[in-house]
Amino acid sequence: MNDKLYKILLFVAALIMPIVCGGVIYALVTDAYEAFEHFGFFKFLTSKEWSYTEGAEQYGALPFITGTLMTTLLALIFCIPFSLPVALFVGEYFKGTKVASVLSTVTDLLAGIPSIIYGLWGFYTLRPLIMGLNISPQGSGILTASLVLAIMIVPYAASLSAEFIKMVPNDLKEGAYSLGATRAEVIRKVVFPVAGSGIFSSYILAIGRALGETMTVTMLIGNTNNIPDSITSTGNSMASIIANQFGEADDLRLSSLIAIGLILFLITAFINLIGKIMIKRARIA
Amino acid sequence: MTQINTRFKNFFCKTNSGVILSIFLLMIMLLLALVSCNGNSNVRKAQELSGAGATFPLPFYNVVFEQFGEVNGDQVAYGGIGSGGGVRNLRDKIVDFAGSDAFLTDKEMADMPAVIHIPTCMGAVVLAYNLDGVSELKLSGQVIASIFAGEIKMWNDERIVALNPNVQLPAEAIIPVFRSDGSGTTFVFTDYLTKVSSMWASKYGAGKSVNFPSGQAAKGNPGVAGVIKQTKNSIGYVGSEYAFAQKIPFALIENQQGEFVLPSATTISAAASGEIPGDTRCSITNSNAPGAYPISTFTWMIIYKEQNYSDRSKEQAQATLDLIQYILSDEAQKITSEVHYAPLPTKAKELSIKNLNSVTYNGVTILQ
Repeated sequence: MNDKLYKILLFVAALIMPIVCGGVIYALVTDAYEAFEHFGFFKFLTSKEWSYTEGAEQYGALPFITGTLMTTLLALIFCIPFSLPVALFVGEYFKGTKVASVLSTVTDLLAGIPSIIYGLWGFYTLRPLIMGLNISPQGSGILTASLVLAIMIVPYAASLSAEFIKMVPNDLKEGAYSLGATRAEVIRKVVFPVAGSGIFSSYILAIGRALGETMTVTMLIGNTNNIPDSITSTGNSMASIIANQFGEADDLRLSSLIAIGLILFLITAFINLIGKIMIKRARIA
Repeated sequence: MTQINTRFKNFFCKTNSGVILSIFLLMIMLLLALVSCNGNSNVRKAQELSGAGATFPLPFYNVVFEQFGEVNGDQVAYGGIGSGGGVRNLRDKIVDFAGSDAFLTDKEMADMPAVIHIPTCMGAVVLAYNLDGVSELKLSGQVIASIFAGEIKMWNDERIVALNPNVQLPAEAIIPVFRSDGSGTTFVFTDYLTKVSSMWASKYGAGKSVNFPSGQAAKGNPGVAGVIKQTKNSIGYVGSEYAFAQKIPFALIENQQGEFVLPSATTISAAASGEIPGDTRCSITNSNAPGAYPISTFTWMIIYKEQNYSDRSKEQAQATLDLIQYILSDEAQKITSEVHYAPLPTKAKELSIKNLNSVTYNGVTILQ
């Protein structure tokens, strides 16, 4: 009897999550419908107009999709030279040592810092630095946002990659050493091919994190509603346009913002799905 | 009874500390004191009022609401979520009043039950700038419009130099800073530009959100002020209080009389010396009065004319009117200049009191 009750309780508790998820999707779709109906789904995706003129409102998601993809991609590129060495250090070179555990703890600690703190650091430290180096006159922009995003996603990429690097079987590595391979050769020819899809998936998950980051990006990206023409120019990401404008938006604009939210949701879900599939593959291998 | 008493004693003796007992008693006394304080100062019961809207008058409201609470025992919660958000909350009937820097348009008024606008204070939008070694900058409406339209790109442009012959202006690009969120401040600023520049009127127009062609944007008045303070060669528009608070210099603006004016309680009040319509819905930017600061505005509280909605009690309605009457009183208006706003002109106050007298609860006027 007790066991049955326990089972039911667990079942109900577990059922809540899919219901919440379904509810979120339902709300996004119904509220975004007005915008899709008014502009057409593909027109909404590909239009770069974001104009408030009453009576002739034009809302398109392209500048924000571009902004999000640019910041995410750049963040990924900047993140690799920091996260991969950390992963190799912790997972291979100094595996199991005290130094490695201190380093991995510190890296994980970075993941716990609230994003507003990163935003403040970017605004008051990095931005003046970028202006001082004459990289861009106004300091904020795609580049600044990407640099801070890169630091934010390092812990996600590094700690997961390190796990996969640790999982590479010792026999394989020892076999390579016995054939006279150097450490660098072992990493290049054994560790990377074996742990490759695992490492790849850890970067995919890091991307998932960068896509939706809001506060930091809003503080640093410059918030202009155009397609950025270079990496130093200002722009807006999907998350930051929503954060900026939902307060004053109603009717069509609100619906357009929710539609952008829906698109962001779909992109993030898709990226996470790819990551999950790759992890599964890595396990099988 | 005695049994319970001894048990009680036993309990406290067991825990072996009179400290707990005394803290307990102290808390009861405090609670009693709080309850009696709330009860005795007013005939009606103390109410909790809620409002939402413009951030522009927020520093003024913070002070006034607190003082109102001390006088009447009522609590006022105000969310600075932006003028548009405040109006939406009022339309959804979840607040007692909305704060807005832009009066409702006829179309917006038609979409909801009858409302009245009560001006609460006056403020200015300033052009704050960050220029090394420049402590005084003069600008005209035309020049401001050209800067924000991206037509004047450099600080040493001859049109700016012509207004500032004695100032050494750098040969650097201008970085205009504007609001990324919809805002009453943007409305006041673009309303002014629309009046002074036909180019601006035809290309961009006035609104809470406007497509500025160049520069960068930040969220909220504090956000814009922060960016200007941090960015050399930038210029942007912010509510005056926020420029004062961050100690950022701001420009003298040319008014219709050809005078270059800084915002102050006097120059802002001067802007409202003209005609004010009965419902107080009017823009006072680009005023032709002598000595007027041209980017001045009223900021309003908006309430429903019929106060019985969403199960509000009559006491709640009474408290809402008490709050507004308090804001219109000399005592509260005196605070305006302390926090860098300007007091309402007498005419605006008289009109507001007249409008307040028409507010009803179940069709019966509340104020006698």
